[in-house]
Amino acid sequence: MDKTWNNKAWFLVLPVLVLVAFSAVIPLMTVVNYSVQDTFGNNEFFWAGTDWFTEILTSPRFWDALWRNLIFSAVILAIEVPLGILIALNMPKHGVGVPVCLVLMALPLLIPWNVVGTIWQVFGRVDIGLLGYILNGLGFAYNYTQNPAHAWATVIVMDVWHWTSLVVLLCYAGLVSIPDAYYQAARIDGASRWSVFRFIQLPKMKRVLLIAVLLRFMDSFMIYTEPFVVTGGGPGNSTTFLSIDLVKMAVGQFDLGPAAAMSIIYFLIILLLSWVFYTVMTQSDAEQG
Amino acid sequence: MTFSWMAWTLPTALFFITIFALIAAMGVWEYLSPGGGPRVGILRFETTRGDRLFVSLLGSAFIHLAWLGLGGPSLWWALALSVVYAIGVFRFV
Repeated sequence: MDKTWNNKAWFLVLPVLVLVAFSAVIPLMTVVNYSVQDTFGNNEFFWAGTDWFTEILTSPRFWDALWRNLIFSAVILAIEVPLGILIALNMPKHGVGVPVCLVLMALPLLIPWNVVGTIWQVFGRVDIGLLGYILNGLGFAYNYTQNPAHAWATVIVMDVWHWTSLVVLLCYAGLVSIPDAYYQAARIDGASRWSVFRFIQLPKMKRVLLIAVLLRFMDSFMIYTEPFVVTGGGPGNSTTFLSIDLVKMAVGQFDLGPAAAMSIIYFLIILLLSWVFYTVMTQSDAEQG
Repeated sequence: MTFSWMAWTLPTALFFITIFALIAAMGVWEYLSPGGGPRVGILRFETTRGDRLFVSLLGSAFIHLAWLGLGGPSLWWALALSVVYAIGVFRFV
């Protein structure tokens, strides 16, 4: 069937374009303008050229925060994706257990980021927190405010607690969409549990898994609130991720020029990774037909 | 209505005018030759003209950043390299 071309439809897109222009494009243009200048307030600016970009790109502080962020994202993906699949595979497909499990899984997702941070900040405290108190009672000198390894473990466990549910729900949606005929055919062929997972469930979950990986990667790469509330980026700078470092620079030190330059570099990295994920996802869709 | 709060400079204004001119030119190109010119290039997946412009601009941004980080503050060579890269993308991707 031939498509009907009607250019008046563009007017329907206009409100979104205006909204995006005011909420994203104009602020981004302002950040670009700030990134090549220096300011001390009073709307007075001094040309700095590419100095701030050079300063950021040659700064160990930026690279350290970037590596910490990449490692954090890799670790939480390595934990949350397999764990999410495992839980989704073991969730009931019929009966009263379905709504119970779905509600339980959705609960962590409904809690605001700062509340999650506060919960774990209190939970891990040695003096009044259940986790910290029990671990110390068992003879394990756990203290996330002084030990970088403990701070990392706390932030990772908190993220796993908060976001594994998202992977579970997406995988579960993929699993329940598989027709029973596939499982019947597998039973007739005498397929093992592993074969059913490898050749039926995993291919059918591929699309939702890619969405889950994309969402979790982007979200973890931009994480700010939870680690800021729990550790404040410490001890030292051990849990200072890119967004925390950016806020420290922009709001704490009022270095708007370097912060703007860092924002643009950060934005370009996210844009590149989003494009890679988007391409992988759309190519996967195209291959599946 | 003043836009002084956006802290405009001549170089950044020229930069954004160039970007918007490129997008407008792509619109004219699409009007004259609809369909986006999809093809499969060296990346082994289908790209349109818009994809190729996006890859060119994104790649150019990273070429400039790499030059600043590894080379020096003068970006003329990075600009020349980006133009060559963009031509390569539009020719082969």
